[in-house]
Amino acid sequence: MKRIAQLFAFVILTLSGMASPLAAQSNMPPAPYAYTQLDDPELEETARELMYTLRCLQCQSQSIADSDAPVAGDMRHQVRTRLAGGESPEEVRAYLISRYGDYISYEPEISATTWPLFVLPGLLVLIAIAVLVRRVGKARA
Amino acid sequence: MKQLRITLWIIVAIAGSLFALFAYQLSQPKDEFVRSAMVGEQIPEFDLEPAFADRPGLSSADFANGEPALLNLFGSWCIPCRVEAPQLEALERQGATIHAIALRDREEDVARFLSAYGNPFTRIGRDDISEIQFALGASGVPETFVVDGSGRITYQHIGIVAEGDIPVLMEELRKAGSGS
Repeated sequence: MKRIAQLFAFVILTLSGMASPLAAQSNMPPAPYAYTQLDDPELEETARELMYTLRCLQCQSQSIADSDAPVAGDMRHQVRTRLAGGESPEEVRAYLISRYGDYISYEPEISATTWPLFVLPGLLVLIAIAVLVRRVGKARA
Repeated sequence: MKQLRITLWIIVAIAGSLFALFAYQLSQPKDEFVRSAMVGEQIPEFDLEPAFADRPGLSSADFANGEPALLNLFGSWCIPCRVEAPQLEALERQGATIHAIALRDREEDVARFLSAYGNPFTRIGRDDISEIQFALGASGVPETFVVDGSGRITYQHIGIVAEGDIPVLMEELRKAGSGS
């Protein structure tokens, strides 16, 4: 058991060593609202919620709230300033989708390509109920 | 009994086709790029300050002068941008007008970058907070758009402009010039 733990630690250490440092990505300080919260705590909360559902352009498996990439900081600046400017979270999301397509948003949406994901589970439940009803009916008869 | 057997085979077939689908999808190369949804759309409104002293700044109005042009996004801190610099110069020599936006950059760094790797750009605007990058739907640097004479984006090239991309971009420019 101890040996497995050691092996595991070894693998983790090797992997983290392999991750080379990223090249410099910017010469400029981050945008004003990349790391600065909005003064209004309620609006900041809305902004954070939205940021967790937007994809970072650079580290595509992270949200812009999670990512430390400069571009994610600039996207957070966009989110915060747009919300502070009176836009609703869904308007900000729609703006980004209009520029990058659905991929930028983590929020699942029903569209021409995704509707089977929403319809199929319901269909399967219906089939299961039908089968069950028939079996129970047969058993009683 | 026979009906049960058929049902079992149907289940096997469904499972089999699912695995075939997984195998197919897993063997497809992953497209890492987030493409712009602005291709085919009018270039967004912007008006950027000059990125350094020797070239004027860039606004969306500069693209609506009847002539198609390239719009290149770069940064002096971006290493692939150095790699594509000779190809941009080749494009300029072949008659392409190239405007640029320097992302998150300082004036002295831009000047140093251009004196070291060449300056094929007619106008260079500065975008300190990536605002116009987002408006263009650009995924990062380097990136090159083709914009027609009426200011409509007709083509997006993501990543380094390699040797083989030069004829492609020249052809896209020609199409943009004749189409509008």
